[in-house]
Amino acid sequence: MNIESAGREISRRQFLKSAALGAGGLIIAIHLPACSTKPGPESSKPFEPNAFLRIASDDTITFYCDKSEMGQGVYTSLTTLIAEELGTDAGRIAIEFAPPGDAYINKLLGGQVTGGSTSVRDSWVKLRVAGAQAREMLIAAAAKEWEVDPRTLRVENGMVISEDNARKLSFGALAAAAAQLTPPADVKLKETSQFTQVGKPRIRLDTPSKVNGTAGFGIDVRLPGMLYGALAQSPVLGGTVASFDASKAKAMPGVRDVVQTSSGVVVLADSWWQARQARDALAIEWTPGARASLNDAMISRGLQEASRRAGIVALQAGDAEAALKSSKKVLTAAYELPLLAHATLEPQNCTADVRADAADIHVPTQVQGFALQAAAKASGLPPEKIRIHTTFLGGGFGRRLDVDFMPAAIEASRQVGKPVKVVWTREDDMTHDYYRPAAYNVCSGAFDAEGGLTAWKHHLTAPSITSRWIPGLVKEGTVDPFSVEAASNYPYDVPNVLVDWVQHEVGVDVGYWRSVSHALNCFSGESFMDELAVSRREDPVAFRLALLGKQPRYRAVLERAAHEAGYSTPAAGHHLGVAVMEGYGTYMAQIAEISLEDGKVRVHRVVCAVDCGQVINPSIATAQVESSVIFGLTAALWGEINVFGGKVQQTNFNSYRLMRMNEVPRIDTYIVDSTAEPGGMGEPAVALVAPAVTNAVFKATGKRVRSLPLARHKLA
Amino acid sequence: MLKLSVNGKDQDVDVDPQTPLLWVLRDTLGLTGTKYGCGMALCGACTVHLDGEPIRSCVTPVSAIGTRKVTTIEGLATDDLHPVQKAWIALDVPQCGYCQSGQIMSAAALLARTPTPTDQDIDVAMSGNLCRCGTYQRIRAAIHQAAHRATGTAANDTSG
Repeated sequence: MNIESAGREISRRQFLKSAALGAGGLIIAIHLPACSTKPGPESSKPFEPNAFLRIASDDTITFYCDKSEMGQGVYTSLTTLIAEELGTDAGRIAIEFAPPGDAYINKLLGGQVTGGSTSVRDSWVKLRVAGAQAREMLIAAAAKEWEVDPRTLRVENGMVISEDNARKLSFGALAAAAAQLTPPADVKLKETSQFTQVGKPRIRLDTPSKVNGTAGFGIDVRLPGMLYGALAQSPVLGGTVASFDASKAKAMPGVRDVVQTSSGVVVLADSWWQARQARDALAIEWTPGARASLNDAMISRGLQEASRRAGIVALQAGDAEAALKSSKKVLTAAYELPLLAHATLEPQNCTADVRADAADIHVPTQVQGFALQAAAKASGLPPEKIRIHTTFLGGGFGRRLDVDFMPAAIEASRQVGKPVKVVWTREDDMTHDYYRPAAYNVCSGAFDAEGGLTAWKHHLTAPSITSRWIPGLVKEGTVDPFSVEAASNYPYDVPNVLVDWVQHEVGVDVGYWRSVSHALNCFSGESFMDELAVSRREDPVAFRLALLGKQPRYRAVLERAAHEAGYSTPAAGHHLGVAVMEGYGTYMAQIAEISLEDGKVRVHRVVCAVDCGQVINPSIATAQVESSVIFGLTAALWGEINVFGGKVQQTNFNSYRLMRMNEVPRIDTYIVDSTAEPGGMGEPAVALVAPAVTNAVFKATGKRVRSLPLARHKLA
Repeated sequence: MLKLSVNGKDQDVDVDPQTPLLWVLRDTLGLTGTKYGCGMALCGACTVHLDGEPIRSCVTPVSAIGTRKVTTIEGLATDDLHPVQKAWIALDVPQCGYCQSGQIMSAAALLARTPTPTDQDIDVAMSGNLCRCGTYQRIRAAIHQAAHRATGTAANDTSG
């Protein structure tokens, strides 16, 4: 089974349910074969109350972490959730990444997926229940042993303790007995006030290994007898190998073999450097394919032309078209956004050990289920014979929701009968990404005679990532929910609202890029809210607040951000711009403080007020804001991928600029106290930075920036 | 056969003299803590010390090392943890962690040279190290913290 067939399967069952995830969600059901990587046997039977926990008689407690750690902190936050209810400190738990398995399916996405800022939201109840289940069984085992009422017992620091404190047994000592018991059907979870770990400061559990070089990333995997592979892929997007001559490459030092795979030609050598050098000596004839003439102008023109069509309705209230027609004061503006690369600092890679009867695949992936399917297809082995080992991810940002970097290693290993590690060069990575979609969004607004905003129209035109990711999943005539984020949840109190979406494929394979369509639609929507305010000569914050009377969570973060940023009293020569958004169940407001230096924007400070509901780990939540602001600001200032002759023009960090230490603004995060259900934190803050900055640029210069990146605009 | 001194240990390596030090460390010696990010000295993920000075190992041919001593992230701490590593842990600096070996090697070299660096010193010393997760604010705070701990001055972190 491959992803394509999975897609058809899903489409048939119509698992698409928009609005299942707040701002619009998607349920993807992927049926997976049973997990094949059960832990090995042990002398004394360990206690495995569920798929997430294993307690051995030596007091080793293992948590099978079902989400991938790519910097967002699940290694710590999810362990905290299970530890809170289990009754031991998260720091005492050993963590292993879970294999593919039905028990690990993310209920918000329907597959074993780390993405969509769902990790904490999906785990919030699930992992606490898993911990509580184990705790109750350990208590029951102790109660039986001591012949007392289990209700008199409690847990603390990995021990079950009797009411009079006279008797104590460690979880390990109780493991064998607990393993004989049936897991309870219902468990009682702690009240918020009883939390001792959730919401409290805790140093990240993965840091020790990330400061001494021992953290195992995919690129670090070393297997006995392993060959290193460098992959030659078509320079033109979508091109294929017509023929190749490997004689020169094969004669080079260390080269063991050259094999053709479905991804291109792989040179295998004793070291990666040798493989990479020899790869450049390959003589390959490429069949460039249909995209050989593709360029930026075509992409841009195509989007603009498609935008003339009516879209599929994503949100409708009243009659916006009629209100726009009848109003004497109508504003319209078009916004354009470029393709972007993920640029994870760890280039794509995969290590495969394909044997005649089984395979081990080591891969930094966000999608264990898809990884298993890809491995089965590439190895020819049934899924139950394949073990997927998830490593640490050197950045994900959505790039590793795709598995395109896996087949080359697996097919090569299958062909040569040895373990193979294929590592992409930075240039391979930059020119063979699944790019953040380009988009063309048109906003319109109408005022009545008294100056009240009576109509809002947000007309979105962009490719559908989901349709590319799982063909057939988004049904014809329906909205890809990952295309209308930060638009279909329009929060402002306006009587006539229309948000619609035109799907237009631009000829470049598009992918989920941190914050996905929030980054497209928040830019156009929050820029245009500013344009509307300015047209009324109203302050942008006051204008928004007046329209957020029914939205207390939006109001609260906006007021907090304005207060903390000193919005009403900017420093001389400094200008403040604002943006507001809800995404992933998290409410945010950002205020960017800028000045112009020699016609260039200097961002001094970004204030972000956040209501993400219950916080699991304040330091990690704050880190995600800092991270996201820099990610979004990097894109706003400089980010663009250009295509010419079907080839991506950016190749490395000298042409695709990332923010550096000396360019980083001060970022101040204010988290509003809340006991609401947790919201996602890995992505939302990415999307607000661009409009906050360009709204500030307008204040500074009177110039409205309606396309990104800012580097393209002359502001002096 | 080339002779190298890596983390205080003499090593004989049988590689093409033009091979960048990075790949000798990673593939020949198995020291995978030093990372590949760009191959062009643009990102700093491959930063190691050569006689205490930070260099980009991805563009340094192994033949250019000579008798100079190579120190990698694996050999940075002389006892338990280097003060920079301690500050990194205390302030939750790493996210994905991929760039952090390089960041830490650059920071340690800065502190060896400039025990109490200013923000501007940090900008100069650290701007060659990219972090896609954007951990810069905490890196800056952690360098200040490590400096203050090491020199015994009062904690005066600018952030974090």
